[in-house]
Amino acid sequence: MDLAMFLSVIIGAIFINNFILSKFLGLCSFIGISKETKPALYMGVSVTFVTTCASIITWAIYNFILAPFHIEYLRTISFILVIASFVQFVEIVIKKFSQALYRTLGIYLPLITVNCAVFGVAVLNSEMFFKRGINTLTSFTMSALQGFCVGLGYILVMLFMSGIRERLELCDIPKSFKDAPIAFIIASLMSMAFMGFSGFRF
Amino acid sequence: MLIPILTMSIMGLLFGLGLAYASKIFKVDIDPKIDRILHALPGANCGACGMAGCANLAEAIVTGKAEITSCAPGGQDVYNRIAEILGVEVKLKKKKIARIRCNGGKRSADQYEYNGLRTCAGVNLLGGGNKSCRFGCMGFGDCVSSCPFDAIHLDNNNIPVVNRAKCTACGKCIEACPKKIIILENNDNKIYVKCLSQDKITVVKSICPVGCIGCKICEKLSGWAFIVENNLSKVDYSKVKSDTPWQAVIDKCPVKCIVEDN
Repeated sequence: MDLAMFLSVIIGAIFINNFILSKFLGLCSFIGISKETKPALYMGVSVTFVTTCASIITWAIYNFILAPFHIEYLRTISFILVIASFVQFVEIVIKKFSQALYRTLGIYLPLITVNCAVFGVAVLNSEMFFKRGINTLTSFTMSALQGFCVGLGYILVMLFMSGIRERLELCDIPKSFKDAPIAFIIASLMSMAFMGFSGFRF
Repeated sequence: MLIPILTMSIMGLLFGLGLAYASKIFKVDIDPKIDRILHALPGANCGACGMAGCANLAEAIVTGKAEITSCAPGGQDVYNRIAEILGVEVKLKKKKIARIRCNGGKRSADQYEYNGLRTCAGVNLLGGGNKSCRFGCMGFGDCVSSCPFDAIHLDNNNIPVVNRAKCTACGKCIEACPKKIIILENNDNKIYVKCLSQDKITVVKSICPVGCIGCKICEKLSGWAFIVENNLSKVDYSKVKSDTPWQAVIDKCPVKCIVEDN
């Protein structure tokens, strides 16, 4: 647990292996909710919350259920199960306790239930930290940190994209390119720009 | 083989039961009337009521924050159904209609040639529009594109015409018009002055053949059912009598700016 490892996880999750622009995960919500900055930010916050919690929960499932019974190959289905249940549970709780929060975040939670970015974090964590004989505490902190930073990377790209698309609304672009097509082109350009980070090594 | 099957089954069962239990504990009681009113509303989410959508209006009606007659596009039919759900009486609201208060169009003079963005909002930024008359319609049809019910179209003279059957008095065109020449009026009041120019007679005469010049002929002829203020005639609907000689007034108007909606 030295500083270099922390840094490499943080920078790696936010920039180098940015889930949207380098790993191409969570593209549905990336295109769907990036029309305005405010919903994009809310979606980003919801995703960050869920990825962080999902990292912690899947860590527990993996270490206390899958690993002791030697059924690590059931990783995919059990992660999907636990993430979906968790998100549904959070939705129910938010709906009960804060109507205002439910109105801003609640509508995105069903989207996150099946968002591949969340599942991607869990799988990435299990490949990077769960197996390699790292001690339990390290693997826990690193997983949670990576879950959080992936969410930060998601917010970052959502803000970039929504900012650009808000301005595009005012531009005179050909009719056939309006909305989704131009968004895809921008996404690919941004993705190429993010490739510049891939040389970083810590 | 048994262990994985058992583990997965138990996990699934636990999560399922947990969620079922959670949804019971954290159950939120929603007034069933909200849902029923939502179904009674048109569901176009047009925003004419001033709310974000039909769902918000349904909630506002149930909590008493909005009138049951808030949904102008829905009309009488919807009011009746909402009133039935809530068990209250409908207060009758007269049908209103949007009226375009300019008849100039191509006939009124331009002060410059405009080649920019083809919207009223755009041309209005340049010295208050391309028409010499600062009250008149510029004819780029912002109201036409703003109408959610396809009730407005431009006629040959470049003046918007409202389809009375389709207009729901939602007020979108009134917001869209930079000149504010669209006004909501009671549907029953058929006679109106199709001009809003407050310019003096010499100015009006030089730029528009159909602008009101404030000659006051209509005032006397109608027995003061018309009032001329600031060089502009308008109908005072409170003074209208059943024997007001409408046809004579319409015929006698020297610029023919008094019209009857049909």
